[in-house]
Amino acid sequence: MNPNYLDFEQPIAELQAKIEELRLVGNDSKININDEIGKLEEKSKKLTEQIFRDLTAWQVSQLSRHPKRPYTLDYLEHIFTDFDELHGDRHFADDAAIVGGVARLDDKPVMVIGHQKGRDVKDKVRRNFGMPRPEGYRKACRLMEMAERFRMPVLTFIDTPGAYPGIDAEERGQSEAIAYNLAVMSRLKTPIVSTVVGEGGSGGALAIGVCDELQMLQYSTYSVISPEGCASILWKSAEKASEAAHAMGITAERLKELGFVDTLIEEPLGGAHRHPITTAERVKKALLDSLDRLGSMDVDALLKRRYERLMSYGAPA
Amino acid sequence: MSWLDKIVPSVGRIQRKDRRTSVPDGLWRKCPKCEAVLYLPELEKHHSVCPKCEHHLRLTARKRLDWFLDSEGREEIATDLQPVDRLKFRDSKKYKDRLSAAQKETNENDALIAMRGSLDGMPVVAVAFEFTFMGGSMGAVVGEKFVRAASLALEEKIPLICFSASGGARMQEALFSLMQMAKTSAALERLKQAGVPYISVLTDPVYGGVSASLAMLGDLNVAEPNALIGFAGPRVIEQTVREQLPEGFQRSEFLLEHGTVDMIVHRSEMRDRLGRVLRKLTHLPVSGMPEEHEPDLVDVAEQAGGDVAEDVSQER
Repeated sequence: MNPNYLDFEQPIAELQAKIEELRLVGNDSKININDEIGKLEEKSKKLTEQIFRDLTAWQVSQLSRHPKRPYTLDYLEHIFTDFDELHGDRHFADDAAIVGGVARLDDKPVMVIGHQKGRDVKDKVRRNFGMPRPEGYRKACRLMEMAERFRMPVLTFIDTPGAYPGIDAEERGQSEAIAYNLAVMSRLKTPIVSTVVGEGGSGGALAIGVCDELQMLQYSTYSVISPEGCASILWKSAEKASEAAHAMGITAERLKELGFVDTLIEEPLGGAHRHPITTAERVKKALLDSLDRLGSMDVDALLKRRYERLMSYGAPA
Repeated sequence: MSWLDKIVPSVGRIQRKDRRTSVPDGLWRKCPKCEAVLYLPELEKHHSVCPKCEHHLRLTARKRLDWFLDSEGREEIATDLQPVDRLKFRDSKKYKDRLSAAQKETNENDALIAMRGSLDGMPVVAVAFEFTFMGGSMGAVVGEKFVRAASLALEEKIPLICFSASGGARMQEALFSLMQMAKTSAALERLKQAGVPYISVLTDPVYGGVSASLAMLGDLNVAEPNALIGFAGPRVIEQTVREQLPEGFQRSEFLLEHGTVDMIVHRSEMRDRLGRVLRKLTHLPVSGMPEEHEPDLVDVAEQAGGDVAEDVSQER
């Protein structure tokens, strides 16, 4: 099995392997097999389109967690310029599971904050698999308040399995750290745009996700609890994650239908990780459009709109 | 000890047991902590606190508010809200069926009760979670009702008190329930900006989305003794860190020690303690008597340079 491909992508992986083989043969011999390769490439593309046409919620969930998926720092590199990372919550520590700092988006200063997962084992551990501790949320809060003071929009990137469920996190008030951010973000006097680029894991995601506009990448998810967690509680078996993912409606597409998502950003064929730069370009365009819409509002109107938006969630018809 | 002595006490025990089963159902309850068998009328007198070990038993939302608010002038608010199954959610059972079962069992529409009333003569808005309604989980109705209570408190500039007891967000309402965290927190932030006091009383248990929103945002966070309070449940943490959790982990006393709650208050003192704190925060004189019956206090305040009576009139 090719680890670059998920379970449901294995037919694509097999075709790709065949193409590779043919290429090697082609290099060795004088036989012209370019036609053959071209045909297979076409077939592979069709197959990919077919598989990706109707993915289940659970398959999307796996894509959202793909180890090669672009993370916040990748977007920082491809979308923004002149990024200065700022560290620490000023009270306890610097949490590497959340990164943030000032950057420029087409010359305009902005505050960027996002969850960060690691690439290799060491980095994964250092970044705690993208699961922030209270100091991470408090750092985010500090940066958001700084953005308010210096009149910069806040752009957040959401990609976390959830807030870290650990002893130390509880000791330092994980709940309070999240709650405090929710309260502050509801009245922050600057535009906030949140983009879910991978996993939107519950309160740990929302803690940097209260916003004026919510964007989601096509194969990202946002949910109140992980499909596995939901399945083990309601179905009494983590095996039922697929059912739980479907029932909760965690995909960008479904959440757009339900009215939570303002902009759904289409991903390149095969997912963001197949074409990270194209994906970044699309995210950038969506961000610029979003800031255009929000930038023309005065602060009072912006805050009123944000409050009404929050109040509308689950309000009686 | 003779054979007769050996038999007699055991005979006596059997007889007592028989007698116990012959009392009408629902008159006795076992303390979940010390397992003492408690006589219900006696337990009620102690505000459902075990007289043997001081364990605070869980209360229904109505009983909680009934004990907390003055008996005069109560008015329940937002009674019209009904839960909606927006996602047609279905696990091993339909959410709709779970809802009607919970409604039948508890006689409540959903997991939060809200009332306008008074505490020792001081007008307040108080809300309480009904834990027996799907684990006190927060869905759209809980969020909406909480916001309406908070808005009423803001409008009338009277304190808001919340008694939470909840397992967290309601999974069957998926993202609708997650967003209630942001919704309730936003409403509370308005109270904070306006200087309207909010006291969050955490009662056994408070976890997840309720803990990580409205329950931690009090001007005062107050806990009942020995309540379990946290973000993640102990089982999830144990599975994650693969070590044993320390003794007393996530208990009220642990939270006090780590600076998360302001105070732990025994149920029998709750009314009195919160009343006195709120009277300070709202610049009211000490007791529940109207101000004109307390000329001394106003005098004292005036001598100290502050005009209490005027402050109050400005507040209203």
